Amino acid sequence: MFTNFFYTLKDRKVPVSITEWMTLMDALSKGCITTMNEFYCMARAILVKSEAHYDQYDLAFQEYFRGLGSPLPEIYEQLLEWLKDPFNRLLLTPEERALLNSMSLEELMKEFEKRLKEQTEQHDGGSRWIGRGGTSPFGHSGQHPSGIRVGGSGGSRSAIKIAEDRRFRNYRHDLTLDVRQLKVALTQLRQLNRVGPEELDLKNTIDATCKNAGELEFVWGKSRKNAVKLLLLMDVGGSMEPFAQLCSLLFSAAHSSSHFKDFKYYYFHNCVYDVLDKDTDRRDRVSVDQFIRTMEPDHKVILVGDACMATSELIDSLGSIYYYERNHKPGLYRLKQIAEHFSHCVWLNPEAESYWNHPTIAAIRRIFPMYELTLDGLSQAIKKLTVKR
Amino acid sequence: MKGVESTFFSNSKYNRRNILIMNNDDFDRFKGSQDYVASEALRNAVNVSIALAKPLLVRGEPGTGKTLLAHSIAKGLGKKLIIWNIKSTTKAQEGLYVYDTVQRLNDSRFGGKEVSDIRQYIKLGKLGQSFTSKEQLVLLIDEIDKADLEFPNDLLNELDEMSFYIPETNETFKAIHRPIVIITSNAEKELPDAFLRRCVFHYIEFPDPELMEEIVHVHFPNLKDDLLKEALRTFYSLREIDQFRKKPSTSELIDWVQVLVASSTSPEIISKEIPFTSTLIKKEADHSFFSNLYMRRKQASRVSGYD
Repeated sequence: MFTNFFYTLKDRKVPVSITEWMTLMDALSKGCITTMNEFYCMARAILVKSEAHYDQYDLAFQEYFRGLGSPLPEIYEQLLEWLKDPFNRLLLTPEERALLNSMSLEELMKEFEKRLKEQTEQHDGGSRWIGRGGTSPFGHSGQHPSGIRVGGSGGSRSAIKIAEDRRFRNYRHDLTLDVRQLKVALTQLRQLNRVGPEELDLKNTIDATCKNAGELEFVWGKSRKNAVKLLLLMDVGGSMEPFAQLCSLLFSAAHSSSHFKDFKYYYFHNCVYDVLDKDTDRRDRVSVDQFIRTMEPDHKVILVGDACMATSELIDSLGSIYYYERNHKPGLYRLKQIAEHFSHCVWLNPEAESYWNHPTIAAIRRIFPMYELTLDGLSQAIKKLTVKR
Repeated sequence: MKGVESTFFSNSKYNRRNILIMNNDDFDRFKGSQDYVASEALRNAVNVSIALAKPLLVRGEPGTGKTLLAHSIAKGLGKKLIIWNIKSTTKAQEGLYVYDTVQRLNDSRFGGKEVSDIRQYIKLGKLGQSFTSKEQLVLLIDEIDKADLEFPNDLLNELDEMSFYIPETNETFKAIHRPIVIITSNAEKELPDAFLRRCVFHYIEFPDPELMEEIVHVHFPNLKDDLLKEALRTFYSLREIDQFRKKPSTSELIDWVQVLVASSTSPEIISKEIPFTSTLIKKEADHSFFSNLYMRRKQASRVSGYD
């Protein structure tokens, strides 16, 4: 039943598994679902396990149920099959059976077809099929999976309509971000090490002593601390203006995450040249050589920038767009210096990946692994940052 | 489908009996309660989870009534509610039972009590209680994401089989009635796939104005229409400000309306002056941002007013 819907969902990258599909089949056969709206809601509740995938579900739903024109051959056949199986009749209530017996199979099918046709004509009215459920033998077949479609085809339009609204677009992981979501993503950035002197583990000592029938047994342990030091280098140049809000979200998320052993941040404009700024006013600055000398290489580095600039700004000395900066080493050299010094670096680009065909982006991607500044991109980047080298 | 049907009919007598006795009243029971307005999708999700006897996992913005849902289900179905609040230190085992070894040790050394019967030191946890209860209960596992990453995995078997084994006394507890399990999560941690597969999931959206009107009406049945309309309009326009760290939610709106009613503010003033913002905006940064933005606009309008 609806097996192709399963594959449509898969195509849309909704992670559904056979277990969940069987659960849905179970729900269908128990007759929980009687209208298309219910099918929309309940199938979503059973199959989709994160609001991030609701949008993909909506798309798949549209694709699948729009594609079904109305005499529905698959369902028609199933209805026939169901009616032919005498066992199924036992499942009906006496009233239903009486109704069913009052018509021959042919009559029933004819009636069914007629109503289906009426339904196509009455596209806009819609409500009739649900409303009539009480008296029509088709509406009553709710116990059987095909009953849903039959009884509920009037409602189907509104379910598709809900799907068409795509209200959940904003919940997609590859789109939205807020500070909290970012913080949650950043909590993945941890390496727990057991540090410090051995301490008496009181709770486990009591447990062990009790299990030991009262003979004292000491348990010692070290506390676990996150050893990750984070270094954030952010582009605040003019072309980053449109992404200012996004970058400030990332910054406040990193800044308010208390689980890092150390968190430092610097700013640069367009590309890293001879100096890095400690604030956005470009007053408090530090030379990159000095910076590299003083920073330990075990910092995890996240660079944020659109990486998009004139080629000369990246590969020429004196290439900085700020004339008075007079950088003697080209930006590319500085970037390589950073990549060589720190063991783990990633570049987050607020621009969508489809725009990454610019030559300077390609050049920078050869130095740093680059990810989109989205939740998905960030978690991929964090995976990259936490792998052991 | 044929395959599904045949396994469905052949694999268990239990299932067949179930459908035979099941009529429409057996599920489709939860319709929201008097003081809780549930959207159609949510009602459907609750009913499908009850019918399939699978835990319902609810997620949503803070203040959308995730926890209240369980209360409402319990009330609506007339069942007792057991709440298991999860903290970062909670272990799955605690939900089942705790073996109070310290008490036993104390009794053996100083109490002079008979300690050979271990059963008296086994204390059932919330999950254990819900299994052993004589009637069907609603069990709320609140904020499951607060606990350790492995926590949901440790519960898989118990929630599946609805039974657990206590090795100390060599006893197996099996649920007499499967409790209706509601689990809430704030998505602070990813939940393991194996766990998710066994749940029915619903994301509580932020209510749209119509539903919100209904919700406010439930709390204030005698509210005047124009006041409600103005308050909602202002509230939703505030929610559109993206710069807020924390957007005002339902519970804040309810508080705000309460203040508005108590102070008998007239509807015209609400959208013009936005009184009592401190009930709506809870973060300092948001508050200063808002007052800056708003003051500036107010001044601007005053200047233009003089013109």
